[in-house]
Amino acid sequence: MEKNNAKAWLYLLPAILFLGVFMVYPLIDVFIYSFEEGYNSASQTYFGIGTYNYSYVLHDPYFLQAVKNTFILVVITVPLSTGLALLISVGLSSIKKLRNLFQTVYFLPYVTNTLAVGLVFMVLFKKTAYTDGLANLILSIFNAGPIDFIDGPYWAKMFVLCFYTVWVVMPFKILILTSALASVNQDYYNAARVDGTSRFRMFYKITLPMISPMLFYLVITGFIGAFKAYSDAVALFGTNLNAAEMNTIVGYVYDMLYGDSGGYPSYASAAAILLFAIVLTITTINLLVSRKHVHY
Amino acid sequence: MKVILQNLTKTFPARGKKASADVTAVDNFSFEIPDGKLIGLLGPSGCGKSTTLSLICGLQKPTSGKIFFGEDDVTDLPPENRGVGMVFQNYALYPHLTVLGNITFPLENLRGKDKMSREQMNAKAKEVAALVQIENLLDRKPSELSGGQQQRVAIARALVKMPRVLLLDEPLSNLDARLRLQTREEIRRIQNETGITTVFVTHDQDEAMSISDMIVVMKSGVVQQIGAPQAVYNDPANLFVAKFLGTPPINVFDGTVRDGTLYIGDAAVLSAPGIKDGEVTVGVRPEGFIPDGNGALVCRQNRVEVMGRDVSVIASHPACRTESGVIRAIISAESDISAVADTVSFSLKPNKVFLFDREMEERIPCKLS
Repeated sequence: MEKNNAKAWLYLLPAILFLGVFMVYPLIDVFIYSFEEGYNSASQTYFGIGTYNYSYVLHDPYFLQAVKNTFILVVITVPLSTGLALLISVGLSSIKKLRNLFQTVYFLPYVTNTLAVGLVFMVLFKKTAYTDGLANLILSIFNAGPIDFIDGPYWAKMFVLCFYTVWVVMPFKILILTSALASVNQDYYNAARVDGTSRFRMFYKITLPMISPMLFYLVITGFIGAFKAYSDAVALFGTNLNAAEMNTIVGYVYDMLYGDSGGYPSYASAAAILLFAIVLTITTINLLVSRKHVHY
Repeated sequence: MKVILQNLTKTFPARGKKASADVTAVDNFSFEIPDGKLIGLLGPSGCGKSTTLSLICGLQKPTSGKIFFGEDDVTDLPPENRGVGMVFQNYALYPHLTVLGNITFPLENLRGKDKMSREQMNAKAKEVAALVQIENLLDRKPSELSGGQQQRVAIARALVKMPRVLLLDEPLSNLDARLRLQTREEIRRIQNETGITTVFVTHDQDEAMSISDMIVVMKSGVVQQIGAPQAVYNDPANLFVAKFLGTPPINVFDGTVRDGTLYIGDAAVLSAPGIKDGEVTVGVRPEGFIPDGNGALVCRQNRVEVMGRDVSVIASHPACRTESGVIRAIISAESDISAVADTVSFSLKPNKVFLFDREMEERIPCKLS
């Protein structure tokens, strides 16, 4: 038994070492940094231990803006992308002709280069000297606009960011949900049909419970992914996100470390720990809710 | 409710480039199922028995032909309007609902004047649960039940709307041997108590013979024979039916008829008056052999298996065409038979011997003696 234990640890060692050095140690370090007041990375000194970093971050309007942006992004994109993905997957699994074609079309964003996507969104929304962008062209048909989606009002920029996020995360969700739908045994539907179940009730009473584990997996990973959003905002609005009012929490952490106003690892650490706390809370709530509603 | 199937045919279109012809799963099936009877659809896999069940259920539409429930033409009705209850091979119980939830599920679908209150539904569910004897399991989830209990829940769910016809697809195939015996009695009892016309599909001839009022033997979509189990067994219409019914299976020999006498090899075994001379196929039921020192059919004895109530003699004969290559004769344990003998002689019981056309494999009607 003792010998077996030693062997087991030996097998685990590479993974533990790797995770320890690159995950656990930095995590602990970030936690410690977040309580060291006035830390100077050049001299590696600090004045004292306390919660000043947190109070600074929590009173920083840029951080509050970032939190607001992130929450709006999460609240809008997670339900919207999951709902749309569910709708599209159900549609996909109920058609026979051209199904493979549509499946490929819906999966394309997943394999498309980010820069190419950025270019497409430029064509759609960017106002240049020559054109107002495709979106404004369509709006002009309805005698609306033009609206500057990239440098204009806050809600327009937020709309583009949400649109982009939903568009980017949907392919993966559709992929997961179509396979989940395909794995529901056809006999359940046959049994329900014999019993005269309406289509809506079949969906609500059979399909949804059957795929609920996958659905909740997507919601949880969707929440976590949306809270960690950063690169999407950069792709759309450039690196000076604070000026664009489009910063996210991860963006704020990055700016505090390396941005033009950066060089404050303590503030960055405090913000990172706050983000961690938020994600942990939301995920816990998710899991508690799912335990009640997910079957199996 | 009697069920009438009229020239029922179902073809599936050919798939892929190589397949040339459409597949005919059910070919011109006509049968009138009498009211309140238990019917077994029997045949090897791929014979179209499950397709026939789907057609009666309404999950599939026939290519041609008609289906009547009583006087109503239900051919074009969707399953929910036919008043059928169906038990699926894997039971298809909803895993996220309790047993009670599963049984009341069909009732919750009722709309309009048939709409029931929750109390009525629960009362109804308890009624059928009592019929299949699962009253104490109503709060469980299907995953917490044994195979036999799941089977009962599936039957209860199919019965709760009081269907005009109950359909069971391979109802016993997922159960172990012991439970199978018990459950088939149970199905018989439930059918007797409710009096609902019931059709079930099976590939197991034991199962079909033991509980059915009538059996329908099918092969490649074509009905071979319909009748009471014992009648079909005693009077098979062709070699396929003779081979398919009965365990151990019938023994098959190459035979010849000459001058009103049936020969197996050189042995004149029985007289067959009025039969044209020529080659025939002879089927002899295992219980049709009588050990007899003066018997005409002399076989090489391989071994003797004692099974308590009776004894089976495994023997071989050059004219034997059984797939296993050996003859299996079942004789009474009281018979005087030596386990170490090299040869064994049999005389044959005429009513256990059937003659078939060598080419067409159809039964040759005759009176052997």
